[in-house]
Parts: sequence; C-alpha cells; structure tokens
Amino acid sequence: MAVRFLPPLLMLLAAVAAYFLFPYNLAFLTRIVIMVVLVLSLDLVLGFAGIATLGQAAMYGAGAYAAGLFAIHVWADPVAGLVAGALAGAVLAALSGAVLMRTQGLTLIMLTIAVAQICAEIANRARGVTGGADGLRGIRPGKVLGVWEFDFIGITGYWYALAVMLLVFAVLAILGRSPFGLSLRGIHESPARMEAIGVSVYRRRLAAYTLGGGIAGIAGALTAQITQLVSLETFSFSLSAEALIMLILGGTGRLYGAVLGTVIFMAVHHVAAANDPFNWLFVIGALVLAVVFFLPAGIAHLPTSLKRLSKGGRHAGS
Amino acid sequence: MNLLLNIAVDGIAYGMILFMIAVGLSVTMGLMRVVNLAHGGFALIGGALAHWLGAGLGLPFGLALLLAVAGTIVIAMPLERLVYRRIYGFGELQQVLATIGLTFLMIASVNLLLGSSLLAIPLPEALSRSVDLGFRQLTAHRAAVIAVGALVILGLWALLDRTRFGIRLRAAVDNRDTASALGIDTGRIYMLTFALGAGLAALGGILGAELLPIDAYYPLRYMVLFLIVVAIGGLGSILGSFVAALAIGLIETASRYLVPDMATITFFGIVILFLALRPRGLMGRA
Repeated sequence: MAVRFLPPLLMLLAAVAAYFLFPYNLAFLTRIVIMVVLVLSLDLVLGFAGIATLGQAAMYGAGAYAAGLFAIHVWADPVAGLVAGALAGAVLAALSGAVLMRTQGLTLIMLTIAVAQICAEIANRARGVTGGADGLRGIRPGKVLGVWEFDFIGITGYWYALAVMLLVFAVLAILGRSPFGLSLRGIHESPARMEAIGVSVYRRRLAAYTLGGGIAGIAGALTAQITQLVSLETFSFSLSAEALIMLILGGTGRLYGAVLGTVIFMAVHHVAAANDPFNWLFVIGALVLAVVFFLPAGIAHLPTSLKRLSKGGRHAGS
Repeated sequence: MNLLLNIAVDGIAYGMILFMIAVGLSVTMGLMRVVNLAHGGFALIGGALAHWLGAGLGLPFGLALLLAVAGTIVIAMPLERLVYRRIYGFGELQQVLATIGLTFLMIASVNLLLGSSLLAIPLPEALSRSVDLGFRQLTAHRAAVIAVGALVILGLWALLDRTRFGIRLRAAVDNRDTASALGIDTGRIYMLTFALGAGLAALGGILGAELLPIDAYYPLRYMVLFLIVVAIGGLGSILGSFVAALAIGLIETASRYLVPDMATITFFGIVILFLALRPRGLMGRA
C-alpha cells in the first residue's frame, strides 16, 4: 500500500522542490507540467488502450482554441475555460474516433495525423475567428476560483497547472484500476479475446479515445490560459510526435512513466535546443533511436528490462 | 471542357510523381511489414543530391539525376542492413518511433550540409520549353514526368512478372516464412527491394521538385500524402499504389482548381471517407 503512493508523493515533492530551486524558470516548469497532462492523455489512449496515434495534438489544439475563444467571448473564469477545452477535445475525439477506431495499424496512424492537419487547416482558414497564422490573441483569464490572479512571474500559473495535473493523474490512476481500465488493458493485450468474452472493443476504444481527447483538451486549455496565446503550432505534427517520444521514453502504461519521460525530454530539450531547432533534431533523432533499440519499454520499465536481460530473455515491441 | 483537360493533365503528372515516391513505401510495407515514416527522406536525399550536383557542381541535369538516384541507393543499402533489418520484428509503435528518429536525422543532416532554404534543381533548356497541346501549353518537363512515370510502372510490371527476382519477391510478400524455407534468400530480397524503393523515391523527388518543392522539412511535410497513397492503394500492391496515386493526383488537382479555399479539407474529407468504408484500401491483402 505504501509503495503505491510513493511515486506520486515523490512527484509532488519534486514539483515543490523545483518551484524553490528554479524560481526564475517558472514559465518553463509550467510548460513541463502542461506537457505532462498531454502525455498522460496519450498514456490513456496508447498505453492503456493500445491505440497507436500520432495526432494527439488535434485534441490539444482544439482545447486550446476552445478555451481561448471561451475566455474572450463568453466567460473569463479559468476553471470554466478548462471545462470548455475538455469538452472541445472530447467532442473532436468522439467525432473523429467514430471513424478512426474502425481502422488499425498504418491506416489508423496516418488518419490521426490527417485529422490534426485538417484542424490546423481549418484554424488557418477561419482567420476571422482564430486569428489564422498570427495566432489567437487577447486571452485574459480571470482569477483562479475567484481568488488567485495570474501574475507576471507565473507563480499562480505554475500551481494552477500543477493542481490540474495532479487531478488528472489521480483520475487516471483510479481509472486504471477500475473495471473499465482493466478492460482497456485487456483490449490492448488481445482484442480478439476481449471480443470473445462479450466486450464491445470498438465502443471501449472509442470511449478511451474520447476521454483521452478530453484530457488533451485540458492540456491545451491550460496552455491557452497561461501563455494567453494560441498559435497554429498547437496542431503541429511535431507536438504529437514529441508527446509520443516522451511517453515511450518514460514507458507506456504506467502513469509515472509519462511524468518521468516528459521531465527528462523537456530538460534535455531545454539544455540542447538553445535556439537552433535543427541541431535539436539531431539530438532527438538519436535519442529516439537509442530508446527504441536499447530501452524498448522505457525508463519506468528499466528494472523489469534488466531482470529479463539477466535471464537471457528478449522482448520486442509492445 | 478545357478545365477538365487541364485537371486531367496536371492531375496525372502529379499522380505519376506520387506513384514513383510511394511505390517503394508500399512494397516495403507489404514485404517487410515496416511502418516506414522515413521513406520521404529518400526523396529528400535524392533531391538534395541533385541540387548539389546540378546547382553546386554544375553537372548537366541528366547526369545529376542519375548520380543522385545512384547516390540515394548507396545511402539506403547500408541503412537497411544496419537499422531497418533490426526493426522488422518490432511492434508497430517502435517502428514508427525509429523511423521518425531517422527522419529527424535526415532533416538535420540535409540542413547541416545544405541549409534550410529551398533546394532548387536547375532544369535543362530542353525540358523547360513548352509543348503546344492545342488546348493548353504544357512544359516538356511535365510531359517527361508523365512519360517516366509510365515507364516506371511498365518496368516494375516487367520486373515483377517476368523475372526470377520478381517471382521471389512476390513469394516473399505472400509468405515470408515459406519463401525462406524454400531456399529464397529473403534477406537479399529485402535489401534489393528497399534499395529499389529508395531509388524510385529519389527519382520521384527530383522529377517532382516543381510540384513538391524540396527543402529540409520535405519528409515531414509530405509524409501524410505518401502514406495516404499507400493506405488507399493497399499495402504491398503496386497496381493499387498506381491507381491510388493517379486518383489522389486527380482529386487533389481538381479540388485545387474547383474549390481552392477548401482544397485541403475537401481532399482529406474524401480520403477519410474512403478509408472508413474500405480500411484495407483498393487492393490490400488481409
């Protein structure tokens, strides 16, 4: 029992420690926390349900634009904005998932990329609403819960994002142990057997995809509120690919793997990228190949991998 | 009427280029079961080499083209041996990741050597002249693209249907293990097929530079387009990729002519609808 709560507790301690250790990098720390939310959503979709997607940015971007537009035109309350973002992400995931979940393998991967590209194209064309390539500006979120105002240094933003991240983590941890979560893992292991015992694989996968879309929408809404700007980049393929790399780096199917992978990836990015995106591509390309070849199950599975290695066994792929 | 003919000519030229680039992807996916997102990278390498040889060293177009295609094959072969061979047995996701990693490395390398600007490939006088078709002027280049595309599909058909290599390749696509048990050297077939696919991608990339301009981000920008050709054609089917590439070329050109503001959305809408109805594509195998 104590062991189960250890990783989340360590995470919380690390987050508090980071706040005091890097008081001048709060914007960067906040970005890490938001990315963790996005990668957690991917862990639900890919790690739990085994749906290979390279288009999680579609729901992230939808959430970001929805929260931004909601704050500008309807109500500036941040929590209501989060709900708007989550709804937008979930609706987009449900609509696109209704088609996507019928396909698998290469077709599925390709269509998830295509959905994100369509979203980017729509946002680009609807210049009057979204600001097109200039991005959506003028988002002025109100006080969080009517108490904490967003400040210039980003103190409120950090704690706000952290609170949302922990909430998402807790919900997913509970979900993972629920019958629904277990059936998703079953579908991941063997769709045919789950079908045989009477589970509607299509509906469960669609439900998981929709829920993951909602969480990705929350991540997008957080970005919109904290950076107060939404750009077309939120839909970009690179974002989806990087989120996937972070998840694989940390290890799929274990929530703290998503956290670990994101923190490591973002830290390496921060150090290596500087301001030359192309040299950064060298680092990330080599990193990905190294993970695939030497750490196929991610860092969170390192102990298991070593154990298997010592027994002479070998495992390839998920 | 003229509009329809314009769409037909431009669409077919575009489709031929898509076919040349994507056919190797389709065959390697059907044969090795590898989700190879880095395939567009070979078109980029071909285009970058042709740019360097043509614009940098001033070689004539024909020679630059040949050397660039050969150079791409020379790069692709060890890559297959060293990297791809190891990921054949991996899960789909690991393959996607590994090939994304490769794509990033290719983009970074091209940028390091040639910069991130547009890599123009100088055309010879003979190809930039225009030919009068009666209803429109057509550049000789575009006519050449259509001719080369037709030659490629004929050549591939002859290779697969008429040669021993073709028989072995088809056997390996149908059932890898049985083919291997019958004494067919599948490892060699994999490498040759991979090299052929990479060479064709380079050819398509160079000839298509006018329609799909070459720069360092090429593989990412057009990745979905090439994957769509393969998914619609059906994995491992050459004829399927050909029909799909032509259909996609025509549909995209038509939507650009007829609904320019909604072209991308119309195009993707049609593709998604088709794949929802036929998830295995036109001629896909189970």
